Amino acid sequence: MATKASRSAARLMMAPAVILLLGWMLVPLIMTLWFSFRNYLPLRGGDLGFAGFDNYVRFVTSSSFWPAIGATLIIVVGALLITVLLGILLAILLDQPMWGQGIVRILVIAPFFVMPTVSGLVWKNMFLDSVNGLFAHVAKFFGATPVEWMIDKPFMSIILIVSWQWLPFATLILLTAIQSLDSEQLEAAEMDGAPALKRFWFITIPHLSRAITVVLLIETIFLLSIFAEIFVTTAGAFGTKTLTYLIFQRVLESQNVGLGSAGGVYAIILANIVAIFLMRIVGKNLDA
Amino acid sequence: MQLTIRTLLGATALCAAAGFAQAETLTIATVNNGDMIRMQGLTEDFTAKTGISVEWVTLEENVLRQRVTTDITTKGGQFDIMTIGMYETPIWGKNGWLVPLNDLSADYDVADLLPAMAGGLSYDGTLYAAPFYGESSMVMYRTDLMEKAGLTMPDAPTWDFIREAAAKMTDRANDVNGICLRGKAGWGEGGAFITAMSNSFGARWFDENWKPTFDSAAWHDTLTFFKGMMDESGPAGYATNGFNENLSLFQQGKCGMWIDATVAASFVTNPKDSTVADHVGFALAPDKGLGKRSNWLWAWALAIPAGSSKVDAAKQFIEWATSKSYIELVASKEGWANVPPGARTSLYENPEYQKVPFAKMTLDSILSADPLHPTVDPVPYVGVQFAAIPEFAGIATDVSQEFAAAYAGQQTVDEALAKAQKLTADAMEAAGY
Amino acid sequence: MARAVTPRRKTINTALAWAVGLIIFFPILWTILTSFKTEGDAIAYPPKFLFFDWTLENYAIVQERSDYMRYLWNSVVIAGGSTLLGVVIAVPAAWSMAFVPSKRTKDILMWMLSTKMLPAVGVLYPIYLMFIKLGLLDTRIGLVIVLMLINLPIIVWMLYTYFKEIPGEILEAARMDGATLKSEILYVLTPMAVPGIASTILLNVILAWNEAFWTLNLTAAKAGPLTAFIASYSSPEGLFYAKLSAASTMAIAPILIMGWFSQKQLVRGLTFGAVK
Repeated sequence: MATKASRSAARLMMAPAVILLLGWMLVPLIMTLWFSFRNYLPLRGGDLGFAGFDNYVRFVTSSSFWPAIGATLIIVVGALLITVLLGILLAILLDQPMWGQGIVRILVIAPFFVMPTVSGLVWKNMFLDSVNGLFAHVAKFFGATPVEWMIDKPFMSIILIVSWQWLPFATLILLTAIQSLDSEQLEAAEMDGAPALKRFWFITIPHLSRAITVVLLIETIFLLSIFAEIFVTTAGAFGTKTLTYLIFQRVLESQNVGLGSAGGVYAIILANIVAIFLMRIVGKNLDA
Repeated sequence: MQLTIRTLLGATALCAAAGFAQAETLTIATVNNGDMIRMQGLTEDFTAKTGISVEWVTLEENVLRQRVTTDITTKGGQFDIMTIGMYETPIWGKNGWLVPLNDLSADYDVADLLPAMAGGLSYDGTLYAAPFYGESSMVMYRTDLMEKAGLTMPDAPTWDFIREAAAKMTDRANDVNGICLRGKAGWGEGGAFITAMSNSFGARWFDENWKPTFDSAAWHDTLTFFKGMMDESGPAGYATNGFNENLSLFQQGKCGMWIDATVAASFVTNPKDSTVADHVGFALAPDKGLGKRSNWLWAWALAIPAGSSKVDAAKQFIEWATSKSYIELVASKEGWANVPPGARTSLYENPEYQKVPFAKMTLDSILSADPLHPTVDPVPYVGVQFAAIPEFAGIATDVSQEFAAAYAGQQTVDEALAKAQKLTADAMEAAGY
Repeated sequence: MARAVTPRRKTINTALAWAVGLIIFFPILWTILTSFKTEGDAIAYPPKFLFFDWTLENYAIVQERSDYMRYLWNSVVIAGGSTLLGVVIAVPAAWSMAFVPSKRTKDILMWMLSTKMLPAVGVLYPIYLMFIKLGLLDTRIGLVIVLMLINLPIIVWMLYTYFKEIPGEILEAARMDGATLKSEILYVLTPMAVPGIASTILLNVILAWNEAFWTLNLTAAKAGPLTAFIASYSSPEGLFYAKLSAASTMAIAPILIMGWFSQKQLVRGLTFGAVK
């Protein structure tokens, strides 16, 4: 249906978005690349000249680098697993006939509206705090010793907070997908005497695969760059320094923009590896 | 939905129309500590006197630091006055980023500023920031629990006495910990405490050649002593406790002793917030008999970024906020115990203020800190609980994270020190020392 | 859609769903409750759920310290403005991707998404310097632009998926009737895509509302939205749970209310092309 005229019109219409994003990506990217080869120390007077690959070498050889990659993966994968698994269960539950469905939905999606800083602060202080937190109070009530969440379970704490925020998103998308599931097909299967688990596995899950990929893709994009949840809880202590957090420390705490920029380049590489990996899956699934 | 879209459209149109700056409005970045919040509440007094209005940007300490540092290093010009500390002032002053405060009015009486404070806020003899309040650190202890333990706190205790007293005061069944100290990662939190403490143990951050010395016996002793004492008598989870956490523990009666900022004295003796207000005594921060005590020196101060177009108005504000009459203003509204402490000699000569129970100990603590000679062995840097070089904040945050992991038992003291030594050496090499 | 089930099963469903819903919502509920307590009650053991002295003191303190309405207005302008601007730019792009696809369409789409993975803090200095040059620091317009750019990929993608679901025959029919490209978009396509556009707007308003890195680092006194407002309550001296709760409630209430009123829209529209 595409004529020559509409093709060029299409290019024209795409142009603003593409040019803007290109600019938004290229200008900072080029500046990051530039700074990553400079000895740029704002507190020592700024740009002190060419640094070669020093920043790159220094960033990877620092003892924090590999742990930071590890921490990033733990948090991203942990939160993805929890939100997708719980999201599927929750979506199925919310799809069932019940009283007050609207209100329950509202309750479930509410965490998505909470700012990361606020949820970090609220969880850390009012729930996970080992003296005044609600979890500690409950533990005390049952005569148990309160858990030192931020010390003994730092990853679990952060994954808990992040998952709480993103579970609504996963649930929403999965719910829309489930609602589009042909109920006749399920009913037919039920008539044939297929057990619930089998129906779930052979009909529901394949139907959800596209939705699951979409959740994985979107959430990964956001989870790779989580910052506030770490900043207000552990501030990077006890091994929870992610790559994003490490770059933050280099740029803003150590005031070494060159080193931080080199870290930024590594982060871009990591993000692209993840992106290519994801897009393989998503691309396949979206074509289907 | 329609309505929402229309509202939003209107909003976009309006936002284009905004952005006109008022000529005589100062934008001031400050930290969300109690004394600054009080100052914010009293701004009207300044506006009434001068006709200059003030817009506040109040941020949590860490956010404030990153915000003002970005702005000053890029000459962003977003703030007419910045609240900075004793760490930033000499570094920024050296770089020529701050307006020298060498022409303040005679009325202001610069000579009245406590020499330790004025010294720490100067570079090369020029004052670059005016102290709003100053602090050292000291021992705050529960007189009732001390008595129960059968001990008397000397005015100048040793670490060994503190450790023994802490053990005796600890009563875990009743939720009383003998001692509460900062273990939280962050150079201004646990990092500041352990550095000040290490000074009394004869340790230092760098030797005269800028080589880190975490491999020394003195550092090993400091950390081992700290961890040993805290494991015996400290609260559970002390590795995440900072100033705030300890303050609320102490106020709730869960600490026998607390060694921390002298400004905390007015919080723990304020019956409105503190359940133990009537039973608090004070003593100098402990020592180890080596000639240095473990108290720090800090000031929150007001400075004007160079290149500001409102230098005169900004100076007027600084003179107002750090003046003797501001102190009197606060005293008349909130009582003498709540005035910003530690900045002026005259405050400590004021008979009204001398009645405040912690006044004398605060002054003695401040006077006993010496940022020029902080350690037993000589060092190339200035600063008690920090080294005033640009790299310090980043390094000390990393180091304090290693220490916190050791406090939490996730690694040994020696592992933490070895990592600290390596990462400090790397960072110093990167900085070209 | 509602399947016929036994009342017993419906009761079990209801009980289970409500229990889960309340657990998920509980942190927010607890924050709201705490905001009405005194600082002492906020940390009391055993915790007090409903039977405490309800007070508005915390809200009064927060309001006295910071001009809530200004932060709120900035949030509304920045979140709303960036989203609308983004939609205006994204609609034509998404249209052409959906209806005049080329071999590279999918690559461009994926590339757009990948720009979202750049770590923001790595480019703080470059962007800050650029903002100084352009005089955009501490302006709402500057933040509108930045947040628009950050969310543009998501907007383009969402719109693309909605447009793709619109059958091409309808467009051809319109074209036969002599509709121009402009009227095709305006009168045929857009009305059909309204539910999709609405949920795109909703989602992006939420994302922009909650963005806390650029909104904090590029503002001072004038353009700071609610994320900056929260930054002054995050860990002050002394007991602060009740005040933090009051400030938090104030920061999330507007968006929460908006979300609640539009949840039907969100639930129906948030598909990201995941539904065929």
